[in-house]
Amino acid sequence: MNTIGNVTGIVANLVIVETEGTTAQNEICYIKHRDTRLMAEVIKVVGNKSYIQVFESTRGLKVGTEVEFMGHMLEATLGPGILSKNFDGLQNDLNKMEGVFLKRGQYTEPLDMDKAFKFKAIAKKGDKVVAGSWLGEVKENWIRHKIMVPFKFSGEYTVKSMKGAGEYKPEETIAVLTDKDGKDHEVTMVQKWPVKVPIKSYKSKPRPFRIMETGIRVMDTLNPMAEGGTGFIPGPFGSGKTVLQHNLSKNAEADLVVVAACGERANEVVELFTEFPELEDPRSGRKLMERTTIIANTSNMPVAAREASVYTAMTIAEYYRAMGLKVLLLADSTSRWAQALREMSNRMEELPGPDGFPMDLSAIIANFYARAGFVYLPNDETGSITFIGTVSPAGGNLKEPVTESTKKVARAFYALSQQRADSKRYPAIDPIDSYSKYLEYTEIAEYLNENIAENWTDSVFKAKDILLRGKEAYEQINILGDDGVPLDYHIRYWKSELIDFVILQQDAFDKVDASTSLERQNYMLQKTLEIVDKSFSFDSFEHVGPYFKRLINALKQMNYSEYGSDQFKKNEKGLEKILKEQRPEKEKEEVKA
Amino acid sequence: MEKDTKAFQRVYTKLFQLTKATVSLNARGIGNDELAIVDGRLSQVVKIMGDMVTLQIFGGTEGIATNAEVIFAGKAPTLKVGDDLAGRFFNAYGEPIEGGEIMGQEREIGGPSVNPVRRKQPSEFIPTGIAGIDLNNALVTGQKIPFFADPDQPYNQVMAMVALRAKADKIILAGMGLTRDDYLYFKNVFDNAGALDRIVGFINTTEDPPVERLLVPDMALSAAEYFAEEKKEKVLVLLTDMTLYSDALSIVSNRMDQIPSKDSMPGSLYSDLARLYEKAVQFPDGGSITIIAVTTLSGGDITHAVPDNTGYITEGQLFLRKDSDIGKVIVDPFRSLSRLKQLVIGKKTREDHPQVMNAAVRLYADAANAKTKQENGFDLTDYDERTLEFAKEYADKLLAIDVNIDTDAMLETAYGLFEKHFKPEEVGIKQDFVDKYWEKNSE
Ligand SMILES: Nc1ncnc2c1ncn2[C@@H]1O[C@H](COP(=O)(O)OP(=O)(O)O)[C@@H](O)[C@H]1O
Ligand SMILES: [Mg+2]
Repeated sequence: MNTIGNVTGIVANLVIVETEGTTAQNEICYIKHRDTRLMAEVIKVVGNKSYIQVFESTRGLKVGTEVEFMGHMLEATLGPGILSKNFDGLQNDLNKMEGVFLKRGQYTEPLDMDKAFKFKAIAKKGDKVVAGSWLGEVKENWIRHKIMVPFKFSGEYTVKSMKGAGEYKPEETIAVLTDKDGKDHEVTMVQKWPVKVPIKSYKSKPRPFRIMETGIRVMDTLNPMAEGGTGFIPGPFGSGKTVLQHNLSKNAEADLVVVAACGERANEVVELFTEFPELEDPRSGRKLMERTTIIANTSNMPVAAREASVYTAMTIAEYYRAMGLKVLLLADSTSRWAQALREMSNRMEELPGPDGFPMDLSAIIANFYARAGFVYLPNDETGSITFIGTVSPAGGNLKEPVTESTKKVARAFYALSQQRADSKRYPAIDPIDSYSKYLEYTEIAEYLNENIAENWTDSVFKAKDILLRGKEAYEQINILGDDGVPLDYHIRYWKSELIDFVILQQDAFDKVDASTSLERQNYMLQKTLEIVDKSFSFDSFEHVGPYFKRLINALKQMNYSEYGSDQFKKNEKGLEKILKEQRPEKEKEEVKA
Repeated sequence: MEKDTKAFQRVYTKLFQLTKATVSLNARGIGNDELAIVDGRLSQVVKIMGDMVTLQIFGGTEGIATNAEVIFAGKAPTLKVGDDLAGRFFNAYGEPIEGGEIMGQEREIGGPSVNPVRRKQPSEFIPTGIAGIDLNNALVTGQKIPFFADPDQPYNQVMAMVALRAKADKIILAGMGLTRDDYLYFKNVFDNAGALDRIVGFINTTEDPPVERLLVPDMALSAAEYFAEEKKEKVLVLLTDMTLYSDALSIVSNRMDQIPSKDSMPGSLYSDLARLYEKAVQFPDGGSITIIAVTTLSGGDITHAVPDNTGYITEGQLFLRKDSDIGKVIVDPFRSLSRLKQLVIGKKTREDHPQVMNAAVRLYADAANAKTKQENGFDLTDYDERTLEFAKEYADKLLAIDVNIDTDAMLETAYGLFEKHFKPEEVGIKQDFVDKYWEKNSE
């Protein structure tokens, strides 16, 4: 019997319910408002009063209304058919909803239960299995979607029977498992899992040891993201967080991408809905939508469901990781989720922490990031969740609770700079402030040097060094004036500009430039470093900028042309010609940079 | 507000708590968000605790006695929508300012949002003739974008100009804390342009109680939804001034003892503003709601909570400032942004538009650096001198708000300036475009 209660208080979407029965923290309940049922979650219990946050508007709700507690937490429905879907934060299938406007109390089935999938068994009778073991697989788009022993099962089971190959609907039984007490359990292709609890059906979680290629030079080359790693992108509005995340979702070398649009603009999600079914995955040639799942809780959707949305997204990512896939999870923006927590905490009149955020914000963020990672599964296959979240600091000031809490846990930091965005140096990732701790992992360094080029990491640190020295030179020039510094300073500055324009800056909206393969990144980095290694001589500082601008222009034309194409080679020849202008006899009086 | 007490409406006369903005009383069977009339003033339920109901009085509580008459309406605030709205001006409650009745269906204001999968991606360019907008920050139907401007900037004038050139089927003006002069100014310009029949106004002037402003944008957006969704019209909504709207939010939240967030704004400011701005939408069948707003700044400070939260919500911002070199108001290319521009530029406009735009802004940035150098007393290089000359002409011929030309002419003007001051490699646009367009313009 479910616990029943009655509404006794309403403040916006915080509702107080009095009940005689048991209720639990995070338990889901429904308010029976007129002819609809409004979903809510218990967030605090005091005596016989349960405080619930309603995932919908509470307009018109009255004291005395009946509330039914469901005896479980907010759960995701996991099974074949998740891929390519557009869900809201509570995993309702948005496409199944009627009408142009979202009607409150309208909940739709996340999966298509009438659709049959082609099933093939993996386990066989007598096999010993545990939660997460692969029992069989079905074809979902292009992936082999594993049907697993439900994560809620604990201990060891023996396969009693398996369905043979054939077409089955998600809710049909495909296996019977016997537990150690001899009790039989029927397993279907669908299982439920409480989103706020991590799925831990893996054997071990080692340190990440290889990178996830993103096609974005300033990331891959300078501050690589590890497969199974965590990173975050803080930046003021307009600095390019969303464009960068969209670019990652298009170009990153992942099997599967889960995008959580959390409290941001609806039009940005519409962009994904519109473009992804058309755009091609540069690696597989399949449509991007075939590898993408979108969880949308846009800023005008109910605030309470915003918190749920990131957990729903993480749970879906964990589900696919358990199948041995390489999942990329993106959340834009985690600050909106933190703000949702703050709104609720304020309404409950809790003692506020810094900037009014809940006291345990840091712990909440840390626990969430900890769910990402590279894992070994029970059968020794591997899977991973690489998580990158954006942070929207108030006033662009990074000294605020969400940024600071995230910085403690995320290993890669991609700081977007207002100044770079203002001067249209996109992606506006600050090359000096940003870092990837992964570059310091010996496993990763070895991987890079083995897979990209010998001495790759040396080249990377060299490029970083030149950028730093260029910045210092620039500051000196600004303080002392163009002719107040040695000519050498100008050359040093322009060498860093060369790296900035050619390697760091990348046009997200150009077909060719938007994504760069590692091979090409290596080629271009070596090319620029070769130039940087040269000694240049100039009669006056006035000639340095114009000359380097021509070099930059030639290299940028290379970036805009297809790698290895005739155009590319033509532009490269143009570059060589400009380089030859620096006459060798002048080298005697060279200025060493 | 009329007081036709219907049979089922219950009347109460015992208030036990009065604050500057709220009253509390014991009442049963009341719905959250429900409207009530307290001593003839419109109010709304904001909190229910057992039998205790707290009402927010939009007009303020001055003079309300503990025995004031409270009548509950049994419903949330509504607006009567119909074609009858066109050409008329209303107060914050949706009542015609000049008197008279409105024929139409009753619609709850502040209703639900559009399912994102039912939206269409905006793709229709809105030319305004102002190059600071069209060339650098092109607007698109279904977009939401504010002017960021100090109070002394002519933002209402620019907004009226944009509205009239935008070719919208309906222009819905939501005035919050509008001065009477500006209200009459809007009426006049629209009248002179013969556009009055396309205008609907919801006006709260500085003479009206500030808390009433909270109803204005919802009224305007409900009207907009009627025309855009049911009539499939292209609707342009003008929200001026959202900073004054936010001030009203902070008044109410402070009076309800909520913990204030940054700049004494409520912690829910982001959600409160997003709920309104996200009403901007492109429907698949042609109707659209485009929102152009005004967020007044204090001394150009965009880190204040109102512009900051706004920037995170809207699809860019148009930053107005006075350029002292040319003595004109310009749309600042650094601090302005249209996030939807890439959906139309180079697609609905000439192919080289994005590159020309970026190149010009980059050169303008170089000029800004040169200027700093100059101010610090350093010698300028020849290139510095050229960027400064370029910047001046660029501001005058393209950034100033008095420019009114089509986008092709804007691009030609830009090439004209490039060729006059620079070599192609200094400008750094794709060789294809240099080949195609550079020569064409040289004298
Ligand atoms: N890589 C890029 N290339 C070109 N333009 C960019 C790039 N990144 C951002 N922009 C420009 O900046 C605008 C704002 O970017 P966006 O990612 O939406 O910012 P944020 O999410 O940080 O507020 C975009 O609409 C686009 O015009
Ligand atoms: Mg964004």
